[in-house]
Amino acid sequence: MSVLQRDPQDMLRVLEEDGTPVGEVPDLSDDELVTMYREMYLARHFDTRAVSLQRQGRMGTYPPLSGQEGAQIGSAFALDEEDWLFPSYREHGAALHRGLPLKRTLLYWMGHEKGNRIPEDVNMFPVAVPIATQVLHATGAAWAKKLQDEDAAVMCCFGDGATSEGDFHEGLNFAGVFDTPNVFFCNNNQWAISVPRERQTASATIAQKATAYGFEGVQVDGMDPLAVYAATRAAVEKAKNPDEGERRPTLIEAVQYRFGAHTTADDPTVYRDTDEVEEWKKKDPIPRLEAFLRETGRLDDEKVEAIETSVKDEVAEAIEAAESEPRPEPSEMFSNVFAEQTPEIRAQAEAFAEMYERHGDEGFLRE
Amino acid sequence: MSQSQQTQNLTLVQAVRDGLHTEMTNDDRVVVMGEDVGKNGGVFRATEGLWDEFGDDRVIDTPLAESGIAGTAIGMATMGMRPVAEMQFSGFMYPAFDQIVSHAARLRTRSRGRFTCPLVVRAPYGGGIRAPEHHSESKEAFYAHEAGLKVVIPSTPYDTKGLLISAIRDPDPVIFLEPKLIYRAFRGDVPEGDYEVPIGEAAVRREGTDVSVYTYGAMTRPTMEAAENLEEDGVSVEVVDLRTVSPMDKETIVESFEKTGRAAVVHEAPKTGGLGAEITATLQEKALLHQEAPVERIAGYDVPYPLYALEDYYLPSVARVEEGIRNAVEF
Ligand SMILES: Cc1ncc(C[n+]2csc(CCOP(=O)(O)OP(=O)(O)O)c2C)c(N)n1
Repeated sequence: MSVLQRDPQDMLRVLEEDGTPVGEVPDLSDDELVTMYREMYLARHFDTRAVSLQRQGRMGTYPPLSGQEGAQIGSAFALDEEDWLFPSYREHGAALHRGLPLKRTLLYWMGHEKGNRIPEDVNMFPVAVPIATQVLHATGAAWAKKLQDEDAAVMCCFGDGATSEGDFHEGLNFAGVFDTPNVFFCNNNQWAISVPRERQTASATIAQKATAYGFEGVQVDGMDPLAVYAATRAAVEKAKNPDEGERRPTLIEAVQYRFGAHTTADDPTVYRDTDEVEEWKKKDPIPRLEAFLRETGRLDDEKVEAIETSVKDEVAEAIEAAESEPRPEPSEMFSNVFAEQTPEIRAQAEAFAEMYERHGDEGFLRE
Repeated sequence: MSQSQQTQNLTLVQAVRDGLHTEMTNDDRVVVMGEDVGKNGGVFRATEGLWDEFGDDRVIDTPLAESGIAGTAIGMATMGMRPVAEMQFSGFMYPAFDQIVSHAARLRTRSRGRFTCPLVVRAPYGGGIRAPEHHSESKEAFYAHEAGLKVVIPSTPYDTKGLLISAIRDPDPVIFLEPKLIYRAFRGDVPEGDYEVPIGEAAVRREGTDVSVYTYGAMTRPTMEAAENLEEDGVSVEVVDLRTVSPMDKETIVESFEKTGRAAVVHEAPKTGGLGAEITATLQEKALLHQEAPVERIAGYDVPYPLYALEDYYLPSVARVEEGIRNAVEF
């Protein structure tokens, strides 16, 4: 029986908090498992560095992901090459798994237009800042794949807060009605900035909302990357190849926690207890997977050290590359608004260029 | 209502808070609702401490749903409450747009006066704070274009409190846009008690005889600075701060122009269809024979607001404002 066929209140888990398997370990090779660990480790290290870049004034506001690596990497891992990811703004981990260079992520949060350009070979949409808006895009994209007879699933990530927006409900409703190949992946990290999950919905779970739209909803332990992988993989397979009578879409609620602030502009001590944070830190997905991999002989001190070193180098290199990127040309503002510049935009761009000639940066940049 | 002589030195965002606090104390029909307005005190701290003082029924953290916030606020307003809804950023107000324009704005008209909508929708707006995508736009023209909405944009702490109190007491819906670039940029004297700054009245911030410059919100500062610089070159600039962009104080706008015959408009919103066009048309309609030069529009460009590495090029800078005013004067 599929792991998706369960009561939405019965949370799927593969690894205990100490890494002991309590469920069926998904069929992943040793290499894949170690890669999963490495990417989670990379996401965590990237995150730590990004937060400190912001603190040092080298980057703008940044939304940290720490605590959510298991859900992000575990879910992205379940996608096939041809599948698509429609992220929110916190999915730097899922994005790196899809192949988005870290440098792009950094550039985006450093305010460079270039950071929003997804490389041609990466099946992923740019960050969606307006909450839940991407849910409908993901439904439409999946619908297109189905209408075009292409075998591809579309996964959309969003938070628990996003499930309160009309767009979320409309997106899932369309998916149910048109039976689109979607995986709706809710990163329920318990908080939407300062608003707790209980203030978003009176439902016992977010997963159960799928029932109302006529497809499966499953709750997984979002701090358990293997459980996340198992559920997402089943959902991806079902999206593309449903059995007789099965509905393609799935809603996955990955129960997890944001260890840090909502963004670097937020102070979580105003609204939540540090005790709560400490409790959740015991469920940290990284040591959890590490314990399992060590216990089963897939990792040892030496391999972990090698991962640490290579991850640090990789992130340092990306930061170096992003920081040596020159300030974008002001004229970039006027490009890509339309396929062809309108006469008015061209006139404005020319007027700007003349003024820029006369004044240089001094006439524009504030301290 | 007592007029207290005591003043406090507040930032603009503190004046928002003080205005809310004052009206919540005066009138228990007033409730504040929105995302993170409760325990967190708002992401800009505009509602700081209100939840502790007034409790969960009057300072309400809502689910994350702007249409939900605006729509339920409309329902509350029709039933005799005085909701003040916060949109966390004006860029996230669009889900509420339908509720605001299709209902709040026209409930009085549609019901021939049977139902009214004394609602305030507050939102920080505008650029210049190195914010992420979708956090910096100026879309006041959307709301000003909608019949049945008043649109207020303060630029000083004093006006902020007085206008907010007026907005809350107004019998009709008011969109209250707060220029977040100057939320904490400076302080100003703000009376402790309650007072109103009337909606629909512009303020002449600086008198001058050569040219009239119309602006509002965060652009008031670079405009004033440009005016000072031009003064040194012997150009006398009058600066009019609209304070309310709808209904616009056309009397003050025209009066100033009749004196100077030359004008510039400064706003950070895109040029096309921006309020500069409305001001220009007003001058053309009402004071054509005084006009000695084309009206200069110093505005944001007709492009999506860029990510922050380029925002300083997008926003009217002091140099750009100065140059635009000069064009109007030297024509
Ligand atoms: C439509 C909209 N409203 C408000 C915001 C401001 N905002 C940014 S993140 C956030 C909370 C989101 O919470 P959740 O969906 O749970 O995702 P998380 O940030 O926890 O990953 C809010 C209110 C926004 N970006 N878009």
